[in-house]
Amino acid sequence: MAGSIATRAAYGAALIELAETHPELVVLDADLAQAVTTCKFAEKYPDRHFDMGIAECNMTGIAAGLATCGKHPFTNTFAIFATGRAWEQVRNSIAYPGLPVTVVGSHGGLSVGEDGATHQCTEDLNNMRVIPGMTVVVPCDGNETRYATEALLNLNAPSYLRLCRMAVDNVTDEIPGYKFELGKGFTMRDGGDATIIACGLMVQEALKAAGMLAAEGISARVIDMHTIKPLDEELVVKAAQETGVIVTSEEHNVIGGLGAAVCECLSLRCPVPVVRHGVEDCFGRSGAAKKVLAAYGLTAEVLADKVRYALTLKKS
Amino acid sequence: MEPKEIQKLAITATKGRLLGLSAIHRAASGHTGGSLSVMDILTVLYFHEMKVNPEQPRDPDRDRLVLSKGHCSPALYAVLALRGFFPVEDMQLFRSIDGHYSGHPDMVHVKGVDMSTGSLGQGLSAAVGMALAGKMDSKNYRVYAVLGDGELDEGQIWEAAMAGAKYKVDNLCAVVDYNKMQIDGITDDVMPLGDLHAKWAAFGWNVIEVDGHDYAALADALDQAKAAKGKPTVILAHTIKGKGVSFMERVFTWHGKAPNDEQYAQAKGELEAHLKQLEEEGK
Ligand SMILES: Cc1ncc(C[n+]2csc(CCOP(=O)(O)OP(=O)(O)O)c2C)c(N)n1
Ligand SMILES: [Mg+2]
Repeated sequence: MAGSIATRAAYGAALIELAETHPELVVLDADLAQAVTTCKFAEKYPDRHFDMGIAECNMTGIAAGLATCGKHPFTNTFAIFATGRAWEQVRNSIAYPGLPVTVVGSHGGLSVGEDGATHQCTEDLNNMRVIPGMTVVVPCDGNETRYATEALLNLNAPSYLRLCRMAVDNVTDEIPGYKFELGKGFTMRDGGDATIIACGLMVQEALKAAGMLAAEGISARVIDMHTIKPLDEELVVKAAQETGVIVTSEEHNVIGGLGAAVCECLSLRCPVPVVRHGVEDCFGRSGAAKKVLAAYGLTAEVLADKVRYALTLKKS
Repeated sequence: MEPKEIQKLAITATKGRLLGLSAIHRAASGHTGGSLSVMDILTVLYFHEMKVNPEQPRDPDRDRLVLSKGHCSPALYAVLALRGFFPVEDMQLFRSIDGHYSGHPDMVHVKGVDMSTGSLGQGLSAAVGMALAGKMDSKNYRVYAVLGDGELDEGQIWEAAMAGAKYKVDNLCAVVDYNKMQIDGITDDVMPLGDLHAKWAAFGWNVIEVDGHDYAALADALDQAKAAKGKPTVILAHTIKGKGVSFMERVFTWHGKAPNDEQYAQAKGELEAHLKQLEEEGK
């Protein structure tokens, strides 16, 4: 495929493709169908699309009711509203009864760009991860988004899918042997000195960082950890054992997301130094997406620095 | 409604009140006032109106009920037990670590519960979703949502009301247990609800007001709800919090309090005397 596409756009296309073979799939919106790219689904399947207006809590509750009657709803809004405003509805009306609803948080992270801090959600992985029984997925590119959407539809349980606004390069389709499996990270690049575990658009940055480091003779492994929960603990532990140091990288607060999940796993099973690369517990601000990411250090260059630093912590 | 059926419903509701109170007393915890006020509504629904089958609690064609005021699970559990969904003795496991009859209804573990509730304000949305699914699949089932009046303080209720009107879910009927009280006091003091009839009508709903302790009137209202096409119906059922136990009626402090042994004995005595009287009248 190559080229670039935003994960939100790949998701919108995947819904239309999956609707054909999955009559249980229904789509709910909260006045953001254009932004989330579900508008095309609405056009093609008007009887299976419901726009609930700017009422995220109600949208979430209605999805729960639909799910008790054999539907698999995908609810759509920005990540901040999906996992913030409607958090308790997700917890009590969807997760507690274990209903098959996929909560989709589009416009996750700082790469929302110009809309600024009120819309840049860097807490969603934390918010969803802490709910018992939730599956939490952050695809890194359009190709992976297509597979993730299908996997969550077939999961038949509560799930959260985090998408981004900004177009990103397709990378997974160029990796030989790439396969998407829910709950299983994918090793994008092998390496023995350190491991970068990344999700979302930081996977692309991790691959670039690994390239830079290779030029210095540092061999960094890169794992695409699209499923934050349940975490692929075996792969994490193996990486810790084999490379002795881990750097996590995510477009999320360094508190509560992928980095936290990796630390929780390793603190018990294989304590090695873990450096968390992400948003340093602060709010974002307006700007062009790439400039905002750069302003907060979410780049391959800063990530490469984190790896260099991590190597100094390595116990020999 | 035939006087005989009214009699039978009154007997069932009184048994339900006894069961609910004994469960709350045994657990020394639970919501007394609202369980007593909603009992007649739930009795008419489960023993007169709804098509449900305890042998097939998940029948896709069944009518569904969301007890949005989930804290009144003692009333729901009692009615479900009397209807045959699970043994009446199970009521003794209410709020107990030894069972799964949680303080608030749990659809995963309790037969007959159609939606897990307890966080006020969320149930009407779920009910709209169930009604939408019924429309999509051309099913004939009906959906009932039982709401508290204090619960109407929640904004999500009104979000759901708009959605119900938008999608014309005439297979949905909400019933408000309009007992004029919530935890902190009377609703007029805590948060005045204003003209509820006009509010629901303005949100595009068919509105019916009844005495929520009058079985025939409730049944009639449910019939009118079925006949109303193109919009959902809400029944504002005027009730008395604590109904059926003299010293609990209209006393808001009984909202979330369990009776002690002495209070329970008195309440039980009153309800048993009432039951005896009903059974004699029925002979
Ligand atoms: C969202 C939420 N906030 C607070 C509570 C705590 N609570 C339980 S019952 C209740 C009052 C409910 O009043 P009402 O809806 O009138 O119920 P009823 O009078 O029928 O018992 C409150 C505030 C809750 N369960 N959910
Ligand atoms: Mg009340």
